[in-house]
Amino acid sequence: MPHTRKPAVAGWFADEGDGFRLLGTRCTACASVFFPREDTHCRNPHCTGGSLEETPLSRKGRIWSYTDSRYRPPSPYVSNPELPWEPFTLIAVELAAERIVVLGQAAPGVTVADLTVGMEVEVVPGVLHEDAGTTWTTWHWRPTGVAA
Amino acid sequence: MTDDVAVLGAGMHPWGKWGRGFVAYGTAAARAALADAGLDWRDIGSVVGADTVRGGYPGHVAGATFAKALGWQGARVTSVYAACASGAQAIAAARAQILAGLADVVLVVGADAAPKGFFRPAGGDRPDDPDWLRFRLLGATNPAYFGLYARRRMAVHGDTPEDFALVKVKNAALGALNPYARYRKRVTAEEVAASAVVADPLRLLDICATSDGGAALVLSSLDFAQRHGAARPVRIRAVSTVTPRFPNTVLDLPDIATDSAVAVEPPQETFRESIARAAYEEAGIGPEDLSLAEVYDLSTALELQWYEDLGLCGEGEGAKLLREGATAPGGRIPVNTSGGLASFGEAVPAQAIAQVCELTWQLRGTAGDRQVAGARVGITANQGLFGHGSSVVAVR
Repeated sequence: MPHTRKPAVAGWFADEGDGFRLLGTRCTACASVFFPREDTHCRNPHCTGGSLEETPLSRKGRIWSYTDSRYRPPSPYVSNPELPWEPFTLIAVELAAERIVVLGQAAPGVTVADLTVGMEVEVVPGVLHEDAGTTWTTWHWRPTGVAA
Repeated sequence: MTDDVAVLGAGMHPWGKWGRGFVAYGTAAARAALADAGLDWRDIGSVVGADTVRGGYPGHVAGATFAKALGWQGARVTSVYAACASGAQAIAAARAQILAGLADVVLVVGADAAPKGFFRPAGGDRPDDPDWLRFRLLGATNPAYFGLYARRRMAVHGDTPEDFALVKVKNAALGALNPYARYRKRVTAEEVAASAVVADPLRLLDICATSDGGAALVLSSLDFAQRHGAARPVRIRAVSTVTPRFPNTVLDLPDIATDSAVAVEPPQETFRESIARAAYEEAGIGPEDLSLAEVYDLSTALELQWYEDLGLCGEGEGAKLLREGATAPGGRIPVNTSGGLASFGEAVPAQAIAQVCELTWQLRGTAGDRQVAGARVGITANQGLFGHGSSVVAVR
């Protein structure tokens, strides 16, 4: 039976393939950007509060920092305890236009040895985990090949 | 500037993995603090419990659980929770009651029985909870954030894993001298380097464990202290419980992203720096006045960060300060004379109280082999999940 692809979290990213983007919101009054999205009130205390509009975040940014997870994280992270643990890499990425740092897992196969702070990465669609009928999708960061 | 409150008693239950409930640890710490103060539990007008999240309702809603275990005597009760900052919030609540004249003498208690392994959110699906989401979507454990900070320091300031290891070496040597510490063995830099990587670049011995433990304080008005015959008690002069300012541009537990600084320039100081500044301002002192500091060394690298955030040295100079020996016993400003979290492990609601216990013993001159000669002023610093600042200044 084919798996249905579903986002692991609703409304945080859009499209598959080349058009893939993280989705935040932007305050129409002060232009502050929020990710994860704020849909009720602008969190800028100096802002009288405008409406919040969905906005795609920059596709590329530079690495603020990175680490990895050599041990299996506890639930609610989903992993198969029957299989040996495969470490994943985490990258915090600074998006220049939004002046925000966004954390994400690196694309599969990217290790800390491949990374340096300041290196350019881009957001790509990824798979968080799969269960019986569903492929749960997420965002990943992947180096573009442009060095720090 | 506010008035001081007196620390009449300090008490702890040793940290470890003892297999008992948190009530047992908290009650033992409370009895120790009462004995240290020379007071009977029935003399206490108010009890403030720092909650653990273990045990159904937060710590059975801690304040009253401790009061019941000690024997109901009708005291006013307060229960607080602010993650790692819970202890400071408990001290702040007690101080406010004393300064407002609502209570003369207050017992503050925090205790935890921590599960083994990574801390994790409580069960259930909560897709609107950032703490749940960072585990679910990213598998981002607490050590992952510590790893991010450590790597950032290496890239920006040139810190090395060897620098980080030296923090552990220092703190383990101090923990070896502390009867309340869980780990009482000295550790070498080679042992740190040989321990397993948990969250690159940090290794097992760079990261604090999770522990059982309890800590308590008896606080009073200065008038009460004088009537009680405590002529020159240790005094709490400031309690900082500030929140961040928008935009908070340092990625903080449990967040998946920082605030955006596109519309508002970031404040001149980071959140952690503002925690210390608020404490200094309230106490009317500066970093140059300190005899010692107890900081929240969740990781070795984070201790170096606190040196800078407390103003013990300039930005990026934490590793240099450590290597000069300034933060070791006998140095200009010894840090984590208790042995720190490196030697204790986290017992969340007890930790900020335990930091003040160490200041109390140091300022009294009763810290034994860990004693900082002539200690007059001490500061504690920590930070609770979701933006809870915590810092206490004590003087004698």
